[in-house]
Amino acid sequence: MSEVREPELRHAGLNLADKPREVREQLESDVFGFWVFLMSDAVIFALLFSIYGTMESATAGGPVPQHEFKISSAFWETALLLTSSFAYGMVSLSLKHTRRLVWPALWLGVTFCLGAGFLNLEVHDFLTMFHDGATPERSGYFSSFFVLVGTHGLHVFSGLTWILLMGVQMALFGLDQRTRINLIRLGLFWHFLDIIWVVIFSVVYLGALAR
Amino acid sequence: MNMSPSQKRDFATYGIGYLLAVVLTLGSFACVFFRLLPQSGTLIVVFTLAFVQVLVHLRCFLHMSPFRRAARDDLLLLLFSAAIIMLIVGGTLVILFNERARMM
Repeated sequence: MSEVREPELRHAGLNLADKPREVREQLESDVFGFWVFLMSDAVIFALLFSIYGTMESATAGGPVPQHEFKISSAFWETALLLTSSFAYGMVSLSLKHTRRLVWPALWLGVTFCLGAGFLNLEVHDFLTMFHDGATPERSGYFSSFFVLVGTHGLHVFSGLTWILLMGVQMALFGLDQRTRINLIRLGLFWHFLDIIWVVIFSVVYLGALAR
Repeated sequence: MNMSPSQKRDFATYGIGYLLAVVLTLGSFACVFFRLLPQSGTLIVVFTLAFVQVLVHLRCFLHMSPFRRAARDDLLLLLFSAAIIMLIVGGTLVILFNERARMM
């Protein structure tokens, strides 16, 4: 019944309508498999969050988060990552609506720059905190903080590496089906990281600064 | 660039999602920055805004929808994971806070 409808936004970038049924089903299950991975990743982050929650007052007489966190840098990190998520949305849209390589490539570049800006700010923050003596081994609080936020940062780093690899794949093979499905998976990953960051800036940064 | 109706609709989804996300983010940062409320009120507002923003991201960027059959499998997976997460997180918090209370 739904065979002749245009591809839904969920498959942005796949142009499924003209593909035979088996191909579409294969692609759907590929994307669903990546959802399963993302959800298992979500479980990891949930555990890190709950450990962070129990460590909240365990600063052991050392530096306290209220002095270590700066609301301005948390804000600019959020702005960069949020905008990069929107930029990746534009990658998906241009993938869906044009057959040309230039637009997805351009937006992918924008996403990379914004993500790199985010990571640069975060590393800068971490180094400042190390300088102040707020290191992971100083207290239970900072152990759990660096594991939680560091794991997210590591994910962003792998996302950036993945973007570079997709650039190579696009340059070598153009926008063939394999490239498209990889770009869709990367999109899910990138939007997922933004969701984790929303929880991090609300619970960790704003939660500590509101005290 | 002239856009077809479906192109416009797709673009609007991302645009609205981005706008809502910006407004919600600014709201929670402003709440903390200007100290608009007492501490517990601020925390409640910030966490509520975060929850709404997560829903906005899921809807507008990851295209989750309870109303469309095609997205059902993803939604069921998400809800199942949410149930697992609540069990794990809830259990961890109960046990660890209980331990702490006993050690005090």
